[in-house]
Amino acid sequence: MLVTEQERLASEIRELTKELGNDRSALVPILKEIKLRHSTIDPYAMQVIADLLDIHPVEVYSVASFYSFLAGARQGEFVFRLCRTICCDMRGKDRVARQLENELGIHFGETTSDGKFTLEWANCMGMCDQGPALLVNETIYTQVTPEKVHAIVEECRATFGVLAPEHKKEYAEWPLQLRVR
Amino acid sequence: MAATATGPLTYSTIALGDGLKKALAMPRADIIAEITASALKGRGGAGFPTGLKFNFAAAQQADEKYVICNADEGEPGTFKDRVILSDYADLVFEGMTIAARAIGAQRGIVYLRGEYTYLRQHLEDVLAARRAQGLLGKDVAGVQGFDFDINIFVGAGAYVCGEETALIESLEGYRGEPRNRPPFPVSSGFLGKPSTVNNVETLANVACILAKGADWFKRMGTSTSTGHKLLSISGDCKSPGVYEFPLGTTVAEILHEVGGEDAKAVQVGGASGICLPPSQFGRSIAFEDVPTGGSVIVIGPQRDLLKVLHNFLEFFVDESCGQCTPCRLGNRKLLEGVEMLQRGECSVAYLKELLALGETMQVASKCGLGQSSPNAFISIVTNFGDEIMGRTAEPVL
Repeated sequence: MLVTEQERLASEIRELTKELGNDRSALVPILKEIKLRHSTIDPYAMQVIADLLDIHPVEVYSVASFYSFLAGARQGEFVFRLCRTICCDMRGKDRVARQLENELGIHFGETTSDGKFTLEWANCMGMCDQGPALLVNETIYTQVTPEKVHAIVEECRATFGVLAPEHKKEYAEWPLQLRVR
Repeated sequence: MAATATGPLTYSTIALGDGLKKALAMPRADIIAEITASALKGRGGAGFPTGLKFNFAAAQQADEKYVICNADEGEPGTFKDRVILSDYADLVFEGMTIAARAIGAQRGIVYLRGEYTYLRQHLEDVLAARRAQGLLGKDVAGVQGFDFDINIFVGAGAYVCGEETALIESLEGYRGEPRNRPPFPVSSGFLGKPSTVNNVETLANVACILAKGADWFKRMGTSTSTGHKLLSISGDCKSPGVYEFPLGTTVAEILHEVGGEDAKAVQVGGASGICLPPSQFGRSIAFEDVPTGGSVIVIGPQRDLLKVLHNFLEFFVDESCGQCTPCRLGNRKLLEGVEMLQRGECSVAYLKELLALGETMQVASKCGLGQSSPNAFISIVTNFGDEIMGRTAEPVL
């Protein structure tokens, strides 16, 4: 990590502790916010947090690796979590899973090479009466079918790159042969 | 989505604010006496008497006390708290305020599971409205010296945090690993201060009981399991959803109501509950018979119970916090056992060993997770032996 990046990250965390507090009970909220903004909790970030909260960096790592929403490698901008617990399983989560893999071109536990999508399993999300349930970042989709998977992925894709609203106009002016999705 | 057999949910018949108004007009001891008289038991599944819990916390001398609402609803097949928080959040906050008055707390915390982050804004809006009405903050409802406010803490995805001491560890910024008890949270909870941890539904019921009285509440349910219960019903039935039933309702009555009469088994209490065969559908949902935090999963005739069991045990292997050995390794051994059964490679002698292991886990695990995770295994092996043994590589159907 560049020194300038480190400095930026450190000052960001300092701002966060002003907002969320610098006592130990602010640890999980701080880690959640860092994960949300950067899709990962860098070891350097853990050291800065440890310093500001006056605890050992290992303590921070220990907490960050415990919770499923904090743990793991760098994630994509859109984290797809498909419920694998019994009721969603009974309602056909396997086929939804297969279609998600097809649409995104990755397996569960992986992130697309452009860093946009991560596909993960989740345990029961409390949508048992409306399964299969899929959590995309903080948005929940229920009664997901293999067919709906495509629309959900497209919804995400429409927010970045040439399909993003800010690029839509330029895109429309492109020669037709370039406008192939 | 939410319905009862005969009409609207009890919650929708409660006039908001009635319970709090009555509570604030009473001496503190009388609030607890009213809850105790109602014989309300914890709705999260463990069934601890709520009045007793409040009493313990109220008896503690401390400069700070906390009222914690456990909204870490993670038990597979449970989703009634999601519905309560979506539709009756005011009632829950009112219950928390009453609890705070009863035990002398200044701060309330809602521990909302990370998966329910999308509910946060709604809850914050309800809290803001209550502050604007003077129902939270300084001098609540104009009562001098009664200061109480609630904030929301969002979890980060850990089933074990539904256990009250793990929840407190998580609030304090530690790994969600359950503590040794005693001391119980009522004497040493959040930040070492007396804290009550109650389920969402329990707190909503506190508001109802104060509004309508303990006698009204006791008229519903059985003599030891009073009141009504919200059940989250899912699986192979015509109309899954949240239903309200008086405690003591039989499994057969519930199946009839939701259109799941052809079930070959019903899993009551989620993955940590027990699996009932049709011969036991006459048993009732109550603390003295089959207890549940709200989860009822209907398993249709086409399902393979070993697959169901495999799913439950994978869940526990994944969610065990790993702190104590019976739970960390026991669940893995049970899962391996199920895989052996699936391949048709498990002798009855080994199955008996696994049952004994399950019983060891029930007594030797540190918290409710490990103590209850073998329930499904034991009940399926005991009740459905014929179905699970002697499998060939290709299922013989």
